Amino acid sequence: MQTFFQQIINGLSLGSIYALLALGYTMVYGIIKLINFAHGDIYMLGAFWGYYVINVWHFNFIMALLSAMLVGAASGVIIEYFAYRPLRHSPRITALITAIGVSFLLENGMSYLFSSNTRDFPQIIKQVNYNVGGILISNIQILILVTACILMVLLQLIIKKTKMGRAMRAVSVDPDAAELVGININWTISFTFALGSALAGAAGVLIGLYYNSIDPLMGMTPGIKAFVAAVLGGIGSVPGASVGGFIIGILETFVQSIGLSAYKDAVVYFVLIVILLILPAGIFGKSAKEKV
Amino acid sequence: MSKLLQVENLVKNFGGLTAVSNVSMHLDNNELVALIGPNGAGKTTLFNLLTGVIPASSGSIVLNGDNGTYPLNGKRAYKIADMGLSRTFQNIRLFKELTVLDNVLIAMTSKFKEGFIPTIFRFPSYYRTEARLVKEAKKLLAIFELEDDIDVLAKNLPYGTQRRLEIVRALATKPQILFLDEPAAGMNPEKIANLTQLILKVQHSFHITILLIEHDMSLVMNLAQRIYVLDHGSLLAQGTPDEIQSNKAVIKAYLGEEA
Amino acid sequence: MKANFKYNVVWLIMMVAGFYLMNTLIMIGVIDSFIENMLVTIGINIILATGLNLIIGFAGQFSLGHAGFMAIGAYATAIITQTASTTGGFYVSIFIGIVVAIIAALIVGIPTLRLRGDYLAIATMGASEIIRILINNMKMTGGAAGMFNIPQFADWPTVYIMVCVTTIVIVNFIHSRAGRAVKSVREDEIAAEAMGINVTKWKLAAFVLGASTAAIAGSLHASYLQTIAPNDFGIMESISILIIVVLGGVGSITGTFVAAVVLGVLDTVLQNFGALRMVIYAAALILIMIFKPTGLLGTWELSIKKIFSRSKRKERVES
Repeated sequence: MQTFFQQIINGLSLGSIYALLALGYTMVYGIIKLINFAHGDIYMLGAFWGYYVINVWHFNFIMALLSAMLVGAASGVIIEYFAYRPLRHSPRITALITAIGVSFLLENGMSYLFSSNTRDFPQIIKQVNYNVGGILISNIQILILVTACILMVLLQLIIKKTKMGRAMRAVSVDPDAAELVGININWTISFTFALGSALAGAAGVLIGLYYNSIDPLMGMTPGIKAFVAAVLGGIGSVPGASVGGFIIGILETFVQSIGLSAYKDAVVYFVLIVILLILPAGIFGKSAKEKV
Repeated sequence: MSKLLQVENLVKNFGGLTAVSNVSMHLDNNELVALIGPNGAGKTTLFNLLTGVIPASSGSIVLNGDNGTYPLNGKRAYKIADMGLSRTFQNIRLFKELTVLDNVLIAMTSKFKEGFIPTIFRFPSYYRTEARLVKEAKKLLAIFELEDDIDVLAKNLPYGTQRRLEIVRALATKPQILFLDEPAAGMNPEKIANLTQLILKVQHSFHITILLIEHDMSLVMNLAQRIYVLDHGSLLAQGTPDEIQSNKAVIKAYLGEEA
Repeated sequence: MKANFKYNVVWLIMMVAGFYLMNTLIMIGVIDSFIENMLVTIGINIILATGLNLIIGFAGQFSLGHAGFMAIGAYATAIITQTASTTGGFYVSIFIGIVVAIIAALIVGIPTLRLRGDYLAIATMGASEIIRILINNMKMTGGAAGMFNIPQFADWPTVYIMVCVTTIVIVNFIHSRAGRAVKSVREDEIAAEAMGINVTKWKLAAFVLGASTAAIAGSLHASYLQTIAPNDFGIMESISILIIVVLGGVGSITGTFVAAVVLGVLDTVLQNFGALRMVIYAAALILIMIFKPTGLLGTWELSIKKIFSRSKRKERVES
């Protein structure tokens, strides 16, 4: 029983990182139907930014997190403007390949500029382990979980309560109609990229703290996992992305804990396929019935 | 004498909503029947049930065709098409990026089974069947004055021609029953007159049964031998055009309470 | 019929001429082993990408799992030719690779091909990863380290002939009644069903055919390179095949050839740039997509038939 709760705690902290990343995928997909392959690399940029400012400018955790979110947001907006906007009316598969190109560019550009070495992320917060009824919880795990939850609640508030959030929902349902009622499509899409990428930037700093090591290719695998999480939850659905992230995080830690870590990813993909076969549009996704 | 198509107590529920409730109807050989009703009455849903696009919740559909008696409910759409029920769509569903000729040839495909090896390695038999198919398709297209457009992409045809091509495509499956879903939608009176002639021609030269959904009453009254009226998912009335025109319930459904 | 025979003869002459051209260039030393290596890689990529183009461009099913089927072929050849180290053994291994790939494609395809668009892409990607992870954990396949010292039976003529054969099979499939049925599924599933097309069957047919050519490519890859590891067949491999398809033009086999050659040459040229190589490659990819969104050739196809009928028409106009 103890190990069960221990795995839940570990799974939740890993899952919250996936959830933060999945939110970016799901928002971008919801609004322009693009699998933003470069999203995982924005998370890498966030981690590198955190590494830099903590080491060089001696930022504290909060400052590092907030500035990484700003950097993430800015890079998301820039990428959308230069790489995706010219292709908004092109075949979707073209935009997907461009996104893959951007991802390659960021990964290899960073490797070229700053070398591909793995480096230690500065531990600005000293790890303290608490023993709660036999379950070990570190302050970093709590920090990750709390930060992720605060950000997700904030995001939900922005989407549901603000004018910009309303515009985002309108554009994702029907861009033409949204434009007719005076919504600035370009602004709304940029804003969506800014929000999603800010979360990725934050996730980058959090994972740096958690795993203590970063490298230019670190975005690849979590990026794909987070995308799987978004699909699992129903791509386009914000609560779906969070739930999907947590499910994958918990699933991974459990498979690992029963000694099948070599099959960790296989189990994740298998569960994904099974869920898609039962719910073809994911857990929270609405499957659009075609009108005949 | 059993009917060509016999429909008994057909029901379709979408969640809590009953789109088609307890519809029983039949079609005879060589009949031209119209299905009318206000918007949202469930006409297209009924078409979708009959052609297998969506499964019925309950009820039975039986075909007494040239090849014997077959229940159609629960069958997939392509099987139903194979058995001789073909259709057009309300919002034209041609294979847009393919040529006019290809559109027609595709509808003929299922009648010509050929092995993988003869197809891939182009046995003489492959070329022979292909030549025969193309000849047949061209003949069919010529009847509908589409022979000059065979290499045009379907999406580049004018609207009226697209509707015509859809009828040709449906005929290419060699149906016993043809379902036409609002063939006159978006046409002016002159075009509708042409279409009326065309439908008559189809029925006579192909000896098939036609069921059509239509809002244009002039077309319906000119063409139909019998009419079914659908309202709120159930049959409101049936009969000859004259009977329907004087039916109080029908007038009320169309014109509202005050009539 | 006679006309068809004429076109087929022209194609055959082109293929034989291409073979002798390469042979001569190798003999007089214009093509060294470095360039030969590049050409073989291009050939294997052509086999992979034409198969994927069939699935994506013609059947309209977005599959991201091509590398999994390639892995099956590669491992079939690696395992079998290590014990049956003869040319016959090599061809048997190709055949077995195809059979296993077909079975895998059926297991993956029957449930997942119901899914649409990106959901299908992610499901096939997952299936391909599952294949890779299974190989990664099996004793017979040498685990994560992979297999080496695989006997080399695939030289450039084998690859050249296989490129020709698989292309003929796929192009003939596309330009047949089967191909028309497959294209109708891409255009409109509901209309296709209503016209008597068994949508499930044709989706599966395209998927299985694509998977079996991928297995052939895998066999050639294993036998030519003599070393394989599970990580050669990951998501990135599937993506690089997809890049060839989209870059050439989704729905153009000619485009796939052009893109495979362009990317192959680009890759070789960029070897000299060291660390900058992938940066330039990525930038080139983005720029091509932005300025040629439908790929290098769109849906254009090289057709001897069209060239002939065009010149005939010209003659008629001129006379």
